[in-house]
Amino acid sequence: MSVLETRELIIDVPGRVSGRALSLRIEPGQRWGILGPNGAGKTTLLHTLAGLRAPRSGQVLLDGKPLSQWRRRQVAQRLAVVFQERQDGFPATVLETALIGRHPFLPPWRMETAADLERARDALRQLDLSHLEPRLVSTLSGGERQRLALATALAQQPALWLADEPTNHLDLHHQVAVMRLLERQSQQGAGLCLCLHDLNLAARWCDRVLLLYPDGELCHGPADAMLIPEALEKLYRQRLMVTEINGTRLFLPE
Amino acid sequence: MPGVDAPARAYPWTALWVLVLAGVLAMTLAVAVGSVPLGATDLWAVFTGGGNELQRDLIWSLRAPRALAAFATGGLLALAGALMQVLLRNPLADPYVLGLSGGAAVGALGAMLLGAGAVLVSGSAFAGALLSTLLVFGLARGVGSWTPTRLLLTGVVVAAGWSAVISFLLTMSPAERLPGMLYWLMGDLSHAGAPGWAWLVLVVAVAAMLPLGRSLNVLARGPLQAAALGVAVRPLETSVYVLASLVTAVAVTTAGSVGFVGLIVPHLLRLVLGNDQRLILPASALAGGILLTLADTLARILLAPQQLPVGVITALLGVPVFLFLLYRSR
Repeated sequence: MSVLETRELIIDVPGRVSGRALSLRIEPGQRWGILGPNGAGKTTLLHTLAGLRAPRSGQVLLDGKPLSQWRRRQVAQRLAVVFQERQDGFPATVLETALIGRHPFLPPWRMETAADLERARDALRQLDLSHLEPRLVSTLSGGERQRLALATALAQQPALWLADEPTNHLDLHHQVAVMRLLERQSQQGAGLCLCLHDLNLAARWCDRVLLLYPDGELCHGPADAMLIPEALEKLYRQRLMVTEINGTRLFLPE
Repeated sequence: MPGVDAPARAYPWTALWVLVLAGVLAMTLAVAVGSVPLGATDLWAVFTGGGNELQRDLIWSLRAPRALAAFATGGLLALAGALMQVLLRNPLADPYVLGLSGGAAVGALGAMLLGAGAVLVSGSAFAGALLSTLLVFGLARGVGSWTPTRLLLTGVVVAAGWSAVISFLLTMSPAERLPGMLYWLMGDLSHAGAPGWAWLVLVVAVAAMLPLGRSLNVLARGPLQAAALGVAVRPLETSVYVLASLVTAVAVTTAGSVGFVGLIVPHLLRLVLGNDQRLILPASALAGGILLTLADTLARILLAPQQLPVGVITALLGVPVFLFLLYRSR
């Protein structure tokens, strides 16, 4: 199990002059949701947390050690990133793509083992992609590609998930299936940090929420305390209607 | 389930062994045919230390060194092409498109214009290729970020610049030097010296790149994804670029600027063998060697006693085969 921690972190958003420093801990089993309008820096923050982008100031620590002192390979053995945008380089099959999730665990000369193959197949099964194994990624739909990206991360068996809009392009059934899968991961001890656009997904699945404002202001805390109409209306500059079904709060734009 | 460490995906040796066999056949053909054809018995006699003096001379002093030089050059060019394509995540990338051969050509032609000997021409070509590498790499890095598109554009523009200088040098050259220069520009193995260096570089380069194959597979999916999967992206990119440049410089120094091998061979192999760099890199080296050995053999015998520049043959062979396979592929 791993802990990701930020100390006085200010992310480097181009053109932003100020910003409140962020200090938080993502502990095993926690489910963090990052909410904010377009351009608030959700993706930049996620990449900074993954060590893929240098912060303007402050530190990100993985298990107490600054991320910059880790080897990338060791980071990848603990932390998976699901990106919002993906590049198709050369043609590759679905199974090959899931298998690259095993890359951080294999020494340079070693071919993938039977155990690696089984992990990749299992990840594809859990994301309902088994029937597409031999297909070329370029022939998949947007939702299928999104699930494939999640399957690659799952094959990585990370202790920390950093996912940028994990339900992007997914139909309703697969949105729920993916959130259930992530919830199971957290119950098994993984820490989650998800950028979300859908308030209702955050309300239903996240136990902690970080609100990012476009001017660099931010606040975070338990989901119940953060997901209140006053804060969210200010965040999105949009009037909201609130209702409650089966004990879960639901938000609708007015 | 078998033991945890049992390889689920065995290394695809079969494809490589087929290519090795084809390579041996191509080399045998290259030493057998020519102005004095040698039959199987003659070849066997010479290889086992027998044969008459003419036959021994023909094989050990003329045909074998040339065939070895052709194989090494082709292997180097195809390897460099395969590396550049992964590095830039662009199927059009090739050491020639990136201006490396242009720099080498300016170096070589400049030396020829000054009437320098073969050694100086080679050295000057090598220096030109490395200069071009530094120029493209340095300019593409610039003050901004280092992106494949930027590197490719810089290379293409630098190549255009070199090509203007080449035209200028050709215009300024006395008529009697022009044929040699044109042959150099089209790629020619008749003046290739001892191929030992080229072979050494080829073997070392393939061996150095093999353990990086899986990292390159991941890099092909973009630098962010690669970094997230534990690849040290910047050091990997830099070392691949430096190695590809060095490999190209050695190839160009051996045989002048032979086009198309670096572009076509890796693509042909990808259409047939898939995209695993652990297989594509060594397979490219072998297939490039085979292509250039066969092309050079044709160049020697097609219009004998007249010899054609090998670059003409590689283009005439490679282009239709490539277009056919591309047309048929999904």
